[in-house]
Amino acid sequence: MSPDEILKFLRLSYTALSDGALLVLIALALVLIYKATDVINFANGEFMLIGGYIGYQLLIWLQVFESPGLIVLLAIIGVVVMTTLIGVLVERLVLRPLIGEPIISVIMVTIGLSNVIQAIVGLIWGKNPRPLPIDIIPRFSPFRIELEGARRPLNLLPDTLIILAVAFVLVGLLLLFFRRSKHGIAMRATADDQQAAMSMGISIRFIFALTWSLAAITAAVAGLMIAHVTNGVSGDIHNVSLRAFPVIILGGLDSIAGAIIGGFAIAFVESFSSGYIDPSVKTVAPYIVLLIVLMVKPYGLFGQKRIERV
Amino acid sequence: MLSLNNIEVIYNDVILVLKGLSLQVEQGTIVALLGANGAGKSTTLKSISGLLRPENGEVTDGEIIYEGKPIQNREPAEIVRAGIFQVMEGRRVFEHLTVEENLRAGGYTTNSKQHAERAELVYNYFPRLLERRNHVAGFLSGGEQQMLAIGRALMAQPRLMMLDEPSLGLAPMLVQGIFEIIKRINQEQGMTVLLVEQNANIALSIADYAYIMENGRVVLEGKPNDLRQNADVREFYLGLTEVGSRKSYRDVKHYKRRKRWLS
Repeated sequence: MSPDEILKFLRLSYTALSDGALLVLIALALVLIYKATDVINFANGEFMLIGGYIGYQLLIWLQVFESPGLIVLLAIIGVVVMTTLIGVLVERLVLRPLIGEPIISVIMVTIGLSNVIQAIVGLIWGKNPRPLPIDIIPRFSPFRIELEGARRPLNLLPDTLIILAVAFVLVGLLLLFFRRSKHGIAMRATADDQQAAMSMGISIRFIFALTWSLAAITAAVAGLMIAHVTNGVSGDIHNVSLRAFPVIILGGLDSIAGAIIGGFAIAFVESFSSGYIDPSVKTVAPYIVLLIVLMVKPYGLFGQKRIERV
Repeated sequence: MLSLNNIEVIYNDVILVLKGLSLQVEQGTIVALLGANGAGKSTTLKSISGLLRPENGEVTDGEIIYEGKPIQNREPAEIVRAGIFQVMEGRRVFEHLTVEENLRAGGYTTNSKQHAERAELVYNYFPRLLERRNHVAGFLSGGEQQMLAIGRALMAQPRLMMLDEPSLGLAPMLVQGIFEIIKRINQEQGMTVLLVEQNANIALSIADYAYIMENGRVVLEGKPNDLRQNADVREFYLGLTEVGSRKSYRDVKHYKRRKRWLS
């Protein structure tokens, strides 16, 4: 490989890493809800949208403080609190009346919810993209990689590493929560058998509210980071969530490990196919890979099979 | 401890399943509730545990008094916290959770600090579960799953444990074992048990008192020994007839007449 090709490979991989981390977060939000409630949340992109816009609004309101670090910290806390409330609210107003109804009704309701949220966000903030007043992730100067014989050096933004770190911390915390904490186990129990979970005194309403809040927080964090990467909030944020569907189907709808591996796999497929074949292949390539994988593993790479005792 | 007074349960606003059912459960006893399919036994348990609601059922009349307080139409979580735990029909273990996680889910309403202690107790009654503690529950055998379902109940430290057909789908030997353990739990832990069964024989063998239901009502009640002497119970629930005699269609008609009279 010539030095230029090596740098190209590095650049594509690096892009894939940050894209992958974002996809992992988005996919995780979907997986959380699917795991606990068997529902595919079509309003996931709108949770990201809300996260981005609330973050934007808080960053503006919090300008009264001097230090940018403090502003960002408070804004992030604000986003987490607000999205938690939104998760609870969605459970309370939209989903609680549907407990015990067929799953497909709930899925349809999430489609409705996505339209409603889009409309509300449009009403409040309008359609035009708005730049963030302050950077959420500090803009460090890029590292520069130079190779002898290469025409241009390669500049890599450190933001990617920070996004990766955030994604990993969130994923780690969630995994720990599911394995160790009583509410995490109760969430998995509810996913397995709602009625039996109720008979243990597990409040399905609480579990659902918790699930939706956790998913909303995860999605909102992803939304904030996308706002950072794309230099501002706009209605386009929610489109990124569509790219997470091949991720969760590839990884298995209910597997956190699947979301992680699927997220990076899809990001690498996108990045390499656009770099080495043609940029227009980028949107199709994940689905081709997906089809091939599903032929071999119909539940996705890590999906749960229904256990059949023999 | 628990008394149901003339309760009426309606599903989907139209289907009347329990038609004025009354029964009493005394502290520290095992009470068996027997009857054929569709008599309303499971519905009775669900009306106590609050699990009727998700199935669109409701207690529309009468009252359920537990330790002096009415508890009809409460949330299941409240009932569990009050000390009543229902082991549902068909075991219903959480298939993708390990045995240990299933037990933790069972102890959801209690202080997790005493968790290890109570798990110890469960493993004492069911040593099989200890061997399998890290196995996924979906792959356990039917008997082990039933043990796990009862173990989950023990984790919640209820004062009243309600069992819905623990013998369902198990080999006779296993059923024997499970019922012996239920009896032991009742005696050693002082736990009151309300037991729903189709297998009248084995249920009567451990019960202190029994009710027989038909068509949403209690039609007979009494101590197991008295019930065993009852000709109808012998014939219809225990399958004991006069040896060698032939049954004629007239007998069946006679039974139907008598059933009408009873209900």
